[in-house]
Amino acid sequence: MGNNIIEVKDISKSFVISSKSPGLKGTLKHFFKRKTIKKKVVKNINFEIKEGEIVGFLGANGAGKTTILKILCGLLYPSNGYISVAGSRPFEREASFLEKITLIMGQKQQLIWDIPPVDSFYLNASIYGIEKKEAIKRIKDLSEMLEIDSELYLPVRKLSLGQRMKAELLAALIHKPSILFLDEPTLGLDINAQSNLRKFLQIYNKQTGATILLTSHYMKDITYLCKRVICIQEGYITYDGKLEKLLTKLSPNKEVTIICKSKKDLENLKTLSLEIKNINDNQITFTINKFDFKNTLKEILNRFDIEDLHITEPPIDEVIGKILINKK
Amino acid sequence: MEIWNKKVYCYGLMNIKKYLKVYSYFNYSSFSIELEYKFNLLIDLLTSILGLIGSIFLLSIFFSNTDEIGGWNFNQALIIQGIYTILNGITNTWFNPNLREIVKYIREGTLDYVLLKPIDSQFWISFKRISPTGLIEILLGFFVLIYCLYLNNIAFTLISFILLTITLICSISILYSLWFLISTTTIWFVKTWNATEVLRSFLYMGRFPIDSFSFSLRIFFSTIIPITFITSIPSEVLLGLSPAWKIILEVLVSMIFLVFSRKFWKFALRFYTSASS
Repeated sequence: MGNNIIEVKDISKSFVISSKSPGLKGTLKHFFKRKTIKKKVVKNINFEIKEGEIVGFLGANGAGKTTILKILCGLLYPSNGYISVAGSRPFEREASFLEKITLIMGQKQQLIWDIPPVDSFYLNASIYGIEKKEAIKRIKDLSEMLEIDSELYLPVRKLSLGQRMKAELLAALIHKPSILFLDEPTLGLDINAQSNLRKFLQIYNKQTGATILLTSHYMKDITYLCKRVICIQEGYITYDGKLEKLLTKLSPNKEVTIICKSKKDLENLKTLSLEIKNINDNQITFTINKFDFKNTLKEILNRFDIEDLHITEPPIDEVIGKILINKK
Repeated sequence: MEIWNKKVYCYGLMNIKKYLKVYSYFNYSSFSIELEYKFNLLIDLLTSILGLIGSIFLLSIFFSNTDEIGGWNFNQALIIQGIYTILNGITNTWFNPNLREIVKYIREGTLDYVLLKPIDSQFWISFKRISPTGLIEILLGFFVLIYCLYLNNIAFTLISFILLTITLICSISILYSLWFLISTTTIWFVKTWNATEVLRSFLYMGRFPIDSFSFSLRIFFSTIIPITFITSIPSEVLLGLSPAWKIILEVLVSMIFLVFSRKFWKFALRFYTSASS
């Protein structure tokens, strides 16, 4: 892993928004005299991202994830602070910078609706100054990776959402960007399409060494792709580090259900100094801290003759859900 | 010197080559879209032919009881009709399909994709689409003009050709800038689609000689919204009636409008916050 490709220091962003009271009275009041408030959506955030990293942004709706992505790719001016992406100031939107990045948004599309995706690819290639021969090669390579072929010659409107997303990716990657900003890329896709997309992104990252920044509400996207996550809450960064560490922090325990051969074993198990969650017939469920887990389990297996055992972890969605609810 | 050469080559010639290529793809994709809807194409074609016949019919009604309107006789007024048809064709070919989309770009937030491409955003927004049926109108307009040369016994010289070209380009620039200026305000007001409709209806005024309006309307349509200005001057040039100052004035006005519309776009982009997702 290389040098820092993204550096963000003390970035804030405020928007002026107008608020309106309900009802006709409120509407009229709003028409004649608008009440505007300045809302700070991103608050003094700092982070650095190394070349080739895949980083996930976690946060509830309206937490500021998309705003941060938009600041990073140069669509929004930060209200203050220092920002450097691939050695450039993003908001200057220099051609040399734009050639290095790409933005993919799950709910917006850049492909031309009435014509086949392949025509949009050639258009994009010409914008990035890619020769036709080279463009054909890149389309072939990427379509093989994305497992999409004949669909590229059908009008976009005839494609399924999954096929369209693949085509969107191809259009966004034809200029071989080194930084990918993905805003909920798997939104609305079925389970298979989501999984294919994740696999593709992982392979793309490995093959090209591209840096990927991703926001998603599907936890699978994050756990599959990102070793590092940045949690955002009401515009603040509340966590920046390894995903594993975050999960351990939020849910430090695992549950083990043991089915005993005899009541005697069950009684003996009860004497262990472990937190018992519940007892049912000859089944007993313990809550065990992840740090002691291996040793405790070894001890149980050595000392007792048990019939069966299940290990469960709280569902990751539930754990991450805690971040979204917890206040700072 | 080497740096200078590099600058001219990389940002000048190479850029022109790139933009021409992109423009050819724009045209290609627009034609493909139009051809997807064959029936639509036929209707558009019929509309433009009927539109021209209707306008000439209207003009003939005005002249049925009088030989002159504002110092222009029917044959001369037909030149204005020809110029108007060309400009209307250009409007339908380029301005209308493109600048109407600005509202969509902004409401749906797809302007994000335009701004993140290493290409001039004004170029993209102004030339992305082309509606080929408008080209028929442009052709029809030129036929009317050629017919007018014969009707008015005009000796068409190289100089009048050059002057006509210059004034037409200026007229197109003014019209484009006006349209683009109004569309740009979408960034603040989001729905300005109606405002361009108003401009379109003002454009209808351009079918009549500027001198046929009252003094106050003449001022309005030649300064605030210089619609008649843009059809009258090329017509006068063709008739050999236009004094040099008028041509120079039109060149100046068109340059001011173009520069202003560009600056206004750049200024407006600073307020673009992109639709939230």
